[in-house]
Amino acid sequence: MPTKIEKDSLSGQNTTGHEWDGLKELNTPLPKWWLYTFYATVLFSLVWVVLYPALPITGATGLTGWTARGALPAQIEQGRARMEPMLARIRAATPEQIAADPELRAFAMAGGRIAFANNCAGCHGAGGQGAPGGFPSLADDDWIFGGSFEAIHHTISHGVRAGESDEERGIAMPAYLASQMLTLAQINDVAEHVLSLAGRATDRAAAERGAGLYAENCAACHGERGEGNREMGAPRLNDRIWLYGGDKASIVRSIAYSRAGVMPAWRGRLDPATINMLTVYVHALGGGE
Amino acid sequence: MNAFAPGRPPGKEGKVSVPTSEPSLYAAHQKVYPRAVSGPVRRAKWAVLAALLSLYYLVPWIRWDRGEGVPDQAVLVDMAHARLFFFWFEIWPQEVYFLTGALVLGAIGLFAVTSLFGRLWCGFTCPQTVWTDLFMWVERRIEGDRNARMKLDQGPRNARWWRLKLVKHAAWLAIAMATGGAWIMYFNDAPTVAVEILTGRASLAVYGFFGLFTATTYVLAGAAREQVCTYMCPWPRFQAAMLDEDSRVVTYRAWRGEPRGKPDGGHGDCVDCKACLHVCPTGIDIRDGQQLECIGCGLCIDACDEVMAKLGRTKGLIAFETLKNLAASEAATRGLPPGPERLAAGMAARRPQRLIRPRTLLYAGVLTAVLLVMLGAWLMRETLTLSVQRDRAPLYVTLSDGGIRNGYTLKLAHKGRGETLQLAVVLEGPQGLRLTVQDAPRDAAGRPVITTREDGITQWRALVTAPPGLRLPESTPVTFRLLDAQGRSVLAQGSSFLGPRP
Repeated sequence: MPTKIEKDSLSGQNTTGHEWDGLKELNTPLPKWWLYTFYATVLFSLVWVVLYPALPITGATGLTGWTARGALPAQIEQGRARMEPMLARIRAATPEQIAADPELRAFAMAGGRIAFANNCAGCHGAGGQGAPGGFPSLADDDWIFGGSFEAIHHTISHGVRAGESDEERGIAMPAYLASQMLTLAQINDVAEHVLSLAGRATDRAAAERGAGLYAENCAACHGERGEGNREMGAPRLNDRIWLYGGDKASIVRSIAYSRAGVMPAWRGRLDPATINMLTVYVHALGGGE
Repeated sequence: MNAFAPGRPPGKEGKVSVPTSEPSLYAAHQKVYPRAVSGPVRRAKWAVLAALLSLYYLVPWIRWDRGEGVPDQAVLVDMAHARLFFFWFEIWPQEVYFLTGALVLGAIGLFAVTSLFGRLWCGFTCPQTVWTDLFMWVERRIEGDRNARMKLDQGPRNARWWRLKLVKHAAWLAIAMATGGAWIMYFNDAPTVAVEILTGRASLAVYGFFGLFTATTYVLAGAAREQVCTYMCPWPRFQAAMLDEDSRVVTYRAWRGEPRGKPDGGHGDCVDCKACLHVCPTGIDIRDGQQLECIGCGLCIDACDEVMAKLGRTKGLIAFETLKNLAASEAATRGLPPGPERLAAGMAARRPQRLIRPRTLLYAGVLTAVLLVMLGAWLMRETLTLSVQRDRAPLYVTLSDGGIRNGYTLKLAHKGRGETLQLAVVLEGPQGLRLTVQDAPRDAAGRPVITTREDGITQWRALVTAPPGLRLPESTPVTFRLLDAQGRSVLAQGSSFLGPRP
């Protein structure tokens, strides 16, 4: 309660009666409409709280029942409807045709980038760089199952060792030690031979001993000179790219206990247009074939 | 301690305690009933009003042929296609600094004008003033002048009251709708959106903004009026920083007018007729001196001159005057009795306004500098730009033969229409680096050729490969250069080639 209202001789205005250490405040009245505008905003917020979810209580929706989450599907549907003409063209075209058409390619690259980030980047990395432990790089020139548009489309659709259908990629590699097909010493020799395929062997005698074992056990899938076999998904062994590590210990471990990477089949999870866009995008990542 | 209030009787220093009833912290709105006035200032205001309103309402309708498939509206902000059209100019969103520059020019220009001639902006050209003026004119046509309006508002709410108010608000609403509608046309094709609005086929967004600008025009010009200037607008608060004693502002020549009173010889030229009060759109008394509420419209000058002419006295009791001249006249007439000698002495003490002073030179300098920067930016504007983004994940790729490869995204923006350019890409860097551009054809020399898109961006993925034998540091600068058909360099953009630590 102001106690001492004074008239300021300088300005002719009253003070509010408030005083702080001798400083007094002039009363410069606020226009009433300003005050009423403030009341109106308070009233608006009350109406808002009743109609819309505004209280920090889980599940508290307003009388309208509107939620941001609830509004999302309609927005997604709207966006999809806007894209539909382009998606229809993408769906009808083969990946090669998409890549050859600048307009479709630009759309597919943008859509593929998003689809890749949503579905693929978890294992293959944001830029398709792959990850140690069997997640192949998609940015290099080494394609386990082939890098043509058709091969990439097939791999994405049917997956790798996913148990999806007969179309799926990859057969299992035997675990040579675990199933007692080779002894540890023999495996060591085979590993030396595998290293020698890329000219990296350190023990020539062991590599030579391993040559016969390699021809018997490995060459059927990985090729005489380690050139690999895409039909089976047997990687090349005579290059610089190693899915599970190229040092001897890793190679020994691969032979002893086998490797069998798995990728889900995306047919059925992603619509055909998205798979087409992903194919074009992945093909572009590493330059394709 | 009364240094700030000279001329007050001594012995009344400080604050005087007087018992008063508790004052309200809120002030009721005092409705202002400005009277019609005529004169040179009013005529200038009408001319400015007519010019600005015609510009505002008509500019969206100006057609400007830009060719097939391009909007033919001279001034258009095309949100959907992210382009801004302004007669000869067309800019992309990333060039919005041209618009920023224009606004900066406007702001500094405003500072310069204010420092020379006071609140010309507020009094003559501000949209709030222009539309309020227009609304007041309509109000006057329907309800009559000041006295008639006051009488109407104080009188009974009879049929006549209802009829006049209804007609007035309908007219206001019509103007507000025209204003809101015109705003929409700067963002849409004017003839199309006009038909759409009228036939109910426009989008919800269009109707939303149409309603919003209609409502703001109606409320701000019809009801809020001077309250906007006094309470809401920041400009009156900081424009004092641009004004000084050499700026021309609307002033009452107190040295000539005081003491006020009957024209009987014993008083100054001010007869206290209150004509200046009655015409003031913000409802203040100019004779109280410089005030925040004064928008500098100068209507009180016309009102006072009218009265002075009737009394056969010299015009200019209220005038656009510098505070320096005001002080000079005041000093020259101190002690003189009212009369022709005082007037002559006061007017003789005036000096021409100092237009060139540090403040105005500074504003002119900054204005020129910004103008030159803007002009330079426009003249050096690139219509063809290349941006090179190197892949960041992975930084580099080891190939099966042990070579190293980097991936790049090339974005070729062509801010032009009518032609598609074919440009060969060459890589400048250490010998041995190999460049390929995906999905790009090659020319006779084996160089990849990329094409532009009319008024758009094309995107290309380039791969640069270092063969296994090539020894390079971790980072090597490289340049992508674009050549035209004659082999001339068109554009170049630098980047780097990364590899493992050697």
